[in-house]
Amino acid sequence: MRALVGVKRVIDYAVKVRVKGDGSGVETAGVKMSMNPFCEIAVEEAVRLKEKGILKEIIAVSIGPAQAQETIRTALAMGADRGMHVKHDDILQPLAVAKLLKAVAEKEKPDMILLGKQAIDDDCNQTGQMLASLMGWPQATFASKVDVEGSNLTVVREIDGGLETIGMKLPAVITTDLRLNEPRYATLPNIMKAKKKKIDATDPAELGVDVSSKLQTVKVVEPPTRQAGGVVGSVQELMAKLKEKSLI
Amino acid sequence: MDKCPSDQQQTDTNRSIVAHPWRHDPEPTSRPAVTALSEEELALKEHVSAFAKEVIGPKVREMDDKGVMDPEIIAACFEMGIMGIEAPVEYGGVGLGFTAACVVIEEIAKVDPAVAVMVDIHNTLNITAFNRYATTEQKEKYFPRLCKSALSSFCLSESGSGSDAFALKTKAEWDEASQEWVLNGTKSWISNSKEAEIFIIFANTDFSEAHKGITAFIVDKSNPGIAVGAKEDKLGIRASSTCEVTLENCRVSKDAMLGKRGQGYKMAIELLNEGRIGIGAQMVGLALGAFENTLPYLHERKQFGRSVADFQGMQFQYARALMEIEAAKVLVYNAARLKEAKAPFVMEAAMAKLKATEVAQSTASQCIDWLGGIGFTKGMPAEKYYRDSKIGTIYEGTSNIQLVTIAKQIQAGYRV
Repeated sequence: MRALVGVKRVIDYAVKVRVKGDGSGVETAGVKMSMNPFCEIAVEEAVRLKEKGILKEIIAVSIGPAQAQETIRTALAMGADRGMHVKHDDILQPLAVAKLLKAVAEKEKPDMILLGKQAIDDDCNQTGQMLASLMGWPQATFASKVDVEGSNLTVVREIDGGLETIGMKLPAVITTDLRLNEPRYATLPNIMKAKKKKIDATDPAELGVDVSSKLQTVKVVEPPTRQAGGVVGSVQELMAKLKEKSLI
Repeated sequence: MDKCPSDQQQTDTNRSIVAHPWRHDPEPTSRPAVTALSEEELALKEHVSAFAKEVIGPKVREMDDKGVMDPEIIAACFEMGIMGIEAPVEYGGVGLGFTAACVVIEEIAKVDPAVAVMVDIHNTLNITAFNRYATTEQKEKYFPRLCKSALSSFCLSESGSGSDAFALKTKAEWDEASQEWVLNGTKSWISNSKEAEIFIIFANTDFSEAHKGITAFIVDKSNPGIAVGAKEDKLGIRASSTCEVTLENCRVSKDAMLGKRGQGYKMAIELLNEGRIGIGAQMVGLALGAFENTLPYLHERKQFGRSVADFQGMQFQYARALMEIEAAKVLVYNAARLKEAKAPFVMEAAMAKLKATEVAQSTASQCIDWLGGIGFTKGMPAEKYYRDSKIGTIYEGTSNIQLVTIAKQIQAGYRV
């Protein structure tokens, strides 16, 4: 069986994000970028399925500028077999990403597509769901446990009320949640081996996908700086203060 | 470890912070900067950095308090593949160059200089010794272990011979009857020894030849004639074990000789000349780790209505400190590249080690000053970097020895 795993290059989780002076977006120049943590979990799950003998081939796909290749290389170093780089320099909306992934999937014919549940830059949590819909495939989102038996997929999902177990037939789209697994570190020998693995390149035009957005980012601002609070001594004082601030 | 929440507060000043625009590695051009790294080296740097912060980071304080290298950390280092950086791929190594080793050591030292020195000694002294001097049989026998699971120790110093290394007293006598070398003596200050499985021992096979009798031998921990003594209770790099290693009628076959008889002193000199660049990398990492753990706090701490970092007096100090770190870094990586290019590098290596170790001490010390009272407590990492830095100017050639080495190189150009 073959899996397509989407990996996104995002600002590293530890970076203090700053808004650009002109308010057009977030500062990315010279800022540390890494693979989206949920995508790492997706790659790890695919590699574990391969180690169990369920998957024969893992293709890591990333959509982005030239540097997205580094992200694909990390996936290769973790155990993916080959990569696919869809070159595009601008920020893409989830719908465009889903359309591109559909085009790639139609070429590669995977039995499952693994994505992170959301990217930590836009927090959209849309691509997996849109992709499944476009492909007409079942979807198992927020996966915290994945079991594959033959062409039967059983996924435990983390939902607000607790855990939900669903079953479906492959092919399907799975989006990974935090507790699904703990991604491995790419060891040095595997980093070196990854250099020899193939990364194919393509672009939206070649895939025949229109990625023009119907959305335009008008303004990006930082959240208001947190104001200091006050300490109150009694419930009466609390009520008085709330009334004072016209909050009740 | 929770990496994902996008609403995670990023004001944790005890964390090693990550991105500064001025720190990204320069793009290679036709005449790249000395500190420019290849694509592989950059990938290494990134992965090892994450490994160091996430795997080693949480255990640093405990290992230092207890003075014990956590066996899980040693195993993790082997699993990560950083214990055979320059070893050939066919034996389980990664087959990379010396600069790659320096990059790995630097990244680990940013988090824990004690773990970094363990990785440094194993790679730049012992793996290199096998790379350069071992026979094919010895490589086949030892490399797989050295790369996958067996920590090693480099045993040269003795209580009576530190800087005067070749006045060592450990002797190796040939037993014709049993066709074995018999080693007797005591080595002091041996790093990694508590956990090591493979020891490179320098012993003299013929004292009448003075240093020309010194020979290197490979001794396995399982040999009944080798014993590791109690650990030194040290000021710094406390997790790195430093013990006496005693050889008492330690019998080894002639196949245990590493290199040729009498080649030992030359081997030791060559290995230490290179190894000290690795120490330079460790100390640059230490300095950067101390610096990067301090600067965020300086920006958050306010006194007299302003960030402490905004006072010009402070600005002058930390600007100068980073300049010194950059200077040391350039010296270290220049020496590393010279060595890789097989160009003369002895003087540059000595300069790199000397500078980096002094910079590490002054940076770590200043970091405590900048932090103020809190820097003096174990709650902040600064005091550990300060204690760890002190050994830099002492081991693998004291600063005075480095100065003598540099002077000799200078004088060689002026002698009539």
